[in-house]
Amino acid sequence: MFYREAGDFKTSYADDSQTFPIRFDRLRYYAVVAVAFGVIPFVINDYWANAVFVPFLIYAIAAIGLNILTGYCGQVSLGTGGFMAVGAYACYKLMTAFPEVSILIHVLLAGGITAMVGVLFGLPSLRIKGFYLAVATLAAQFFLVWLFNKVPWFYNYSASGQISAPERTILGHPVTGAATTASAKYLFCLVILFALAWLARNLTRGTVGRKWMAIRDMDIAAEIIGVNPLTTKLSAFAISSFYIGVAGALFFAVYLGAAEVGEAFGIQKSFLILFMIIIGGLGSIFGSFAGAAFMVLMPVLLKNILVGQFGWATDLAAHVELMIVGALIVIFLIAEPHGMAQLWRLAKEKLRLWPFPH
Amino acid sequence: MPDQLLYATEAALNGLMAGVLYSLVALGFVLIFKASGIFNYAQGVLALFAALTLVGFQNGQVPFAHLINAVFGTDLHHFGWQLPALVAIVLTAGVMVALAIVIERYVLKHLVNQPPIILFMATIGMAYFLEGFGDIMWGADIKKLDVGLPQGLNETIDAVTFEAFGYGFFIDNLDIVASVVAALLVISLTLFSQYSKQGRALRAVADDHQAALSVGISLRFIWVLVWSIAGFVALVAGIMWGSKSGVQFSLSLIALKALPVLMLGGFTSIPGAIVGGLIIGMGEKLFEFFIGPMIGGATENWFAYVLALLFLVFRPQGLFGEKIIERV
Repeated sequence: MFYREAGDFKTSYADDSQTFPIRFDRLRYYAVVAVAFGVIPFVINDYWANAVFVPFLIYAIAAIGLNILTGYCGQVSLGTGGFMAVGAYACYKLMTAFPEVSILIHVLLAGGITAMVGVLFGLPSLRIKGFYLAVATLAAQFFLVWLFNKVPWFYNYSASGQISAPERTILGHPVTGAATTASAKYLFCLVILFALAWLARNLTRGTVGRKWMAIRDMDIAAEIIGVNPLTTKLSAFAISSFYIGVAGALFFAVYLGAAEVGEAFGIQKSFLILFMIIIGGLGSIFGSFAGAAFMVLMPVLLKNILVGQFGWATDLAAHVELMIVGALIVIFLIAEPHGMAQLWRLAKEKLRLWPFPH
Repeated sequence: MPDQLLYATEAALNGLMAGVLYSLVALGFVLIFKASGIFNYAQGVLALFAALTLVGFQNGQVPFAHLINAVFGTDLHHFGWQLPALVAIVLTAGVMVALAIVIERYVLKHLVNQPPIILFMATIGMAYFLEGFGDIMWGADIKKLDVGLPQGLNETIDAVTFEAFGYGFFIDNLDIVASVVAALLVISLTLFSQYSKQGRALRAVADDHQAALSVGISLRFIWVLVWSIAGFVALVAGIMWGSKSGVQFSLSLIALKALPVLMLGGFTSIPGAIVGGLIIGMGEKLFEFFIGPMIGGATENWFAYVLALLFLVFRPQGLFGEKIIERV
C-alpha cells in the first residue's frame, strides 16, 4: 500500500538522486536511525551491549570495509584479521603515547595507518588476481600477527605480551576502560558506524564506486574504457583498510579492553568477516549490516537454545554451531549467491506490487 | 665440513621431508582444481576428517556418541573392538568416497556455472561443516594415530653420517616413509591419468568441460571420481600428519600451508605441487635456521606466504603453471 514511487513527484535533481528515492524507505530509514540513537541507549544493559550490540556495530564497520574491497572492487582478501590487528595496535600505541589527545582522533588515525599498510599489501594486486591474491593476503594475515607477537615495542614491553586499553573519555564520559557504561560504548561505536556507513554508501554510488565495480566486473575492459587500475585498486585497498582498521581499534579499545593478537585477530576473524559479507550480500551496504547481525546473533541464539534449553555441553554446542555456520554458507550460496541483501531487494519488489500483484 | 654447514644441511633435509607432507596436501588441491576449476579450501579438513574417521574405526568408537549421550542421556563411547589398521584404512577410504558422492550431489551439482569465487567460498563452508561434523562424530580430543608405520630416529642414517662427518643427522623414519609413499602416490596418479580410460576422461575434463561433455564424458562421474581421489590423498596425508603429531584441529591448518606451495608450483601442475612443497619446506627451515634467531624466531608461520607473494610478483602463474592469457 505504502511502498510506491507513484504519487511521489521529484521536482529537483537532488530529490531525484537521493539515496532512498521511495518515501516509505526514507521514513523507515529515519525511524531506524531514531530508534538507534534515541531509544536503545536508554534501555541498553551490559549483557545486551557486550553480547549483541557492540560486537554487531564493530563487525558491521569491518564488514562494510571488506565489502568495499571484495564486494565492490572484486579483490578477495583473507587478511582482515591482520588489518584489524594493525588498527588495534596503532590505536594502542597512539593512546599510550599521546594520552591528552581525544580517543576519537586516535581511532581515526589508527584507521589511516591501517590504510597505509593496506595499500602496501595491496600492491601485489596489480600483478596477481583472484585466488592468487587471496593467498597473497594470507601473507599479510600471518606476517602481521607474527610481527605484533614478536616485536615488544608494539605492546610496550608488557610482560604478558597483551595490550590493554587505558581509560579515555569523550565529553567527560569514559568510553574505554573498566568504568565504561553500556550506553557509552554503544553510542561511541554507533556514531562512528553511522558516519562511516553514510560515507561508504555515498562513495559506492559515486565515481569511485563505479570505478571499483567496473574493475570488479572485468578489469581489462575497465582499463580500456579509461579506468586506471592502479589508483582504483589501491584506493579500494586504502579505504577498505581504513574501515577495517577503525573496526580493529574499536574492537580492541571498546569491546575487548585487553587483547592478545593471535587470539583476537587470528585467521578465524578473517573468515568470520568474509562470511558476514557472503551471507549478507556482496556489494551491498545493507548486506554488510545484515551479515554482521546474523553472524553475531546466531551464536548467541544457538548457545541460548542448545546450552540454556537443552542443557548440552558447551563444546558440543560449539561443534553444532560450526556445522550450522558451514551448512548455512553452502545453502546461501546455492539458494541465493547474492545473500540476504538480494532477499531484501526481492521483498521490496514484491512490496511494490502488493496487494495487487497482477 | 664445518659444524654450521652440517646443521644447515640437517635442517635442509628435515625441511625437504616436511615439504613432502605439504606436497601431499597440495596434490589434493591440484587434482580438484584441474578437473573442476574449484579451489578446494576444504582439503585440509578432509585430511583431518579422514584421520579422525580412521582413528574412530580403529578404536571401535561409536559415531556421534557425544551427541547421542547428550540427547538421550545414555553413556555410549566404544563398541569394544579394535580393527586392524588395514581394514580401518579400507573402511575410511569407503567413507571418503561416500563423502565425495554426497558433496557432488548436494553441493557441486547446484553450483555449476557459478563464478570461481562462489565455489571457493562454498568449499570454505564445507570446511566448517566437516570440521564440526568430524568433531561431533568422533569427539574433539587429541587422538593418537598409529597404523604401524616406523617412527623415531633412523639409526642407519645417523650412523653413516656420524662415520662420514663426525655428526649424526637426525632424520625421522616416518618422514622417510612419507617420502616413499608420496613418490608412489605421484607415480600411480600419473600412470592413472596417462594410461587409464578414466584418467584420459579426467584430463579431457580438465582441458575443456564443454568439449568433454560433447564427446560423452559424464561430468558428474568425473567429479565424484576426482573428489574420491582427493579424499584418498587426504587420507594418506592425514595418516602421515596424524602419526607425526596426533590427530587434532591443527591438522586442518596444514591446508593453509599448502596454499603457498600451490602458488609457487602453479595451481594446475602435479610436479609443481611436489617441487613447490619441497622448496617451501626447505626454505622455511633454512630461513628459520639462519635468519630466525636474529628476528625473534617462529618465522615458519609466515615465511612460506611471503616467499610465495614475492615470487608471484615476478611470475604470476607459478613455476609450472599454464601461462595466463586474458582476452576481453
